[in-house]
Amino acid sequence: MKEKIVTVHNLTKSFKEVQAVKGISFEVNQGEVFGLVGPDGAGKTTTMRILAAILSPDSGSAEILHLDSIKDREKIHDRIAYMSQRFGLYQDLTVQENIKFYADLYGVKRTELKESMDKLLSWSNLTQFKNRPAGKLSGGMKQKLGLTCALIHTPELLLLDEPTNGVDPVSRKEFWNLLYKLVDDGLTIIMTTAYLDEAERCHRLAFMDKGKITARGTPKEIVNLIPGGVFKFNSENPFEESNRIAETTQAVSTVFGSQVHVMGKITAEQIQKSINRQAEIVRSEGSVEDAFVYLSEIEKNHG
Amino acid sequence: MVIEHLTKKFGDFTAVDDISFSVNKGEIFGFLGANGAGKSTTIRMLCGILKPTSGRGLVGGVDISKTPEKVKTFIGYMSQKFSLYDDLTIQENLNFFAGIYQISNRKEAVKRAIESAGLTGKEKKITGSLPVGWKQQLSLASAVMHNPSILFLDEPTSGVDPITRRKFWETIRKLSEAGTTVFVTTHYMMEAEYCDRLSIMRAGKVIALGTPIELKRKYEKKSLEDVFVSLVQKGVSK
Repeated sequence: MKEKIVTVHNLTKSFKEVQAVKGISFEVNQGEVFGLVGPDGAGKTTTMRILAAILSPDSGSAEILHLDSIKDREKIHDRIAYMSQRFGLYQDLTVQENIKFYADLYGVKRTELKESMDKLLSWSNLTQFKNRPAGKLSGGMKQKLGLTCALIHTPELLLLDEPTNGVDPVSRKEFWNLLYKLVDDGLTIIMTTAYLDEAERCHRLAFMDKGKITARGTPKEIVNLIPGGVFKFNSENPFEESNRIAETTQAVSTVFGSQVHVMGKITAEQIQKSINRQAEIVRSEGSVEDAFVYLSEIEKNHG
Repeated sequence: MVIEHLTKKFGDFTAVDDISFSVNKGEIFGFLGANGAGKSTTIRMLCGILKPTSGRGLVGGVDISKTPEKVKTFIGYMSQKFSLYDDLTIQENLNFFAGIYQISNRKEAVKRAIESAGLTGKEKKITGSLPVGWKQQLSLASAVMHNPSILFLDEPTSGVDPITRRKFWETIRKLSEAGTTVFVTTHYMMEAEYCDRLSIMRAGKVIALGTPIELKRKYEKKSLEDVFVSLVQKGVSK
């Protein structure tokens, strides 16, 4: 059994009249990449801020590294890293100066700084750029520098809030390789993302919608929540046909490029009847993105 | 749009290096590339904001080097950095853009924009308090208020969930069916799948061009993501 290093129990948080988090519970094991996914406004960022011990919940509890998120706030800050959507880098400071700045903030000992900085710079391939101002780095490099700064105090838990927004696919791939290297060394990662192809790379996922967790499991388990798999067919008018299916049947339908994906209680014959043509329909396993759409739509219809 | 040998140099750095391609009316054209490949510089030239060093660009039949100010009258532009004023209401933001674009029947145009963004009844809401998805619809509505014939979208759906993204693309598809040409940059290949044709830029050059299906076939990859990574990474290791 792996050690549980995050235990969230019945957590709630409201802002004025809006209840952002409505009693969620989950656990994260040591060495795991745990993904929190869900639509905009689902409560993901609020949850992350509670886990980072910078926001207090209204009720319920969050135990981080066996410490209480309210009482042991300072101790938690020393042992975790939180990279928010707007991670602050000083554009006119060099790569090295930015890292030193964060090292000072976290009280990293000067004697240890050089070694961990060298190690992190080589890990992130930023060594040759250490004297370049952060403002002159590419988007992908800035993001790696942000991560390097966040890791300078050797945290045990890394919280990433939508870390790859606006980053190109090659840099994203490199970013993920870096994350896996950290996990190999024992780090635990909790991340939020709006991109479901990234969610596939997590060990376990929790789906959040309107402040609640609506599904959880490994990516495979999540995909298996779509009963009977996904019907797929190519279409000249994908949006039109997808909408027609959604309106005339009980199924959930969505569009991927020029392809329509149909999920739920339906048969290929019923699809063809709905769109009034003989489409070439194949039935296959879905993706996490399919499951996301399916679960969100089901929730909307019943909730 | 017809682009021939378009080049932009900043000092001795060539940001856009002799690119040529054309975009058809009503087409959704995806303009892909790594961070720093020259996409934004190209868009700024096509919008008439930045003067090309050499080469030629015709946007809606207008020469971007000779009469760049004319281009601005029939294009729309939307980026992931919302150009909306957070402390104004939805209605106030649209009034503002209607003023900028010197739209004659302002009241009617604002009403239409609110309807198209699905924000009827929410006119008095403060923009800053809106969910990302709504802001995005509003941003798009403000960018097309003056009925532009060409719409530039610069990473329009960064950080948006799949359902909101799908709704957005459905709107884009409708605009294109009504004859608007859409020129879009994105880092998300799931989104690139919605485009009629795509180009991929690397180090200032266009290195691939075709429909999503053509590109996957040509480079023998299952997904556009794999096509992109293989083409762009080749350049990195070189």
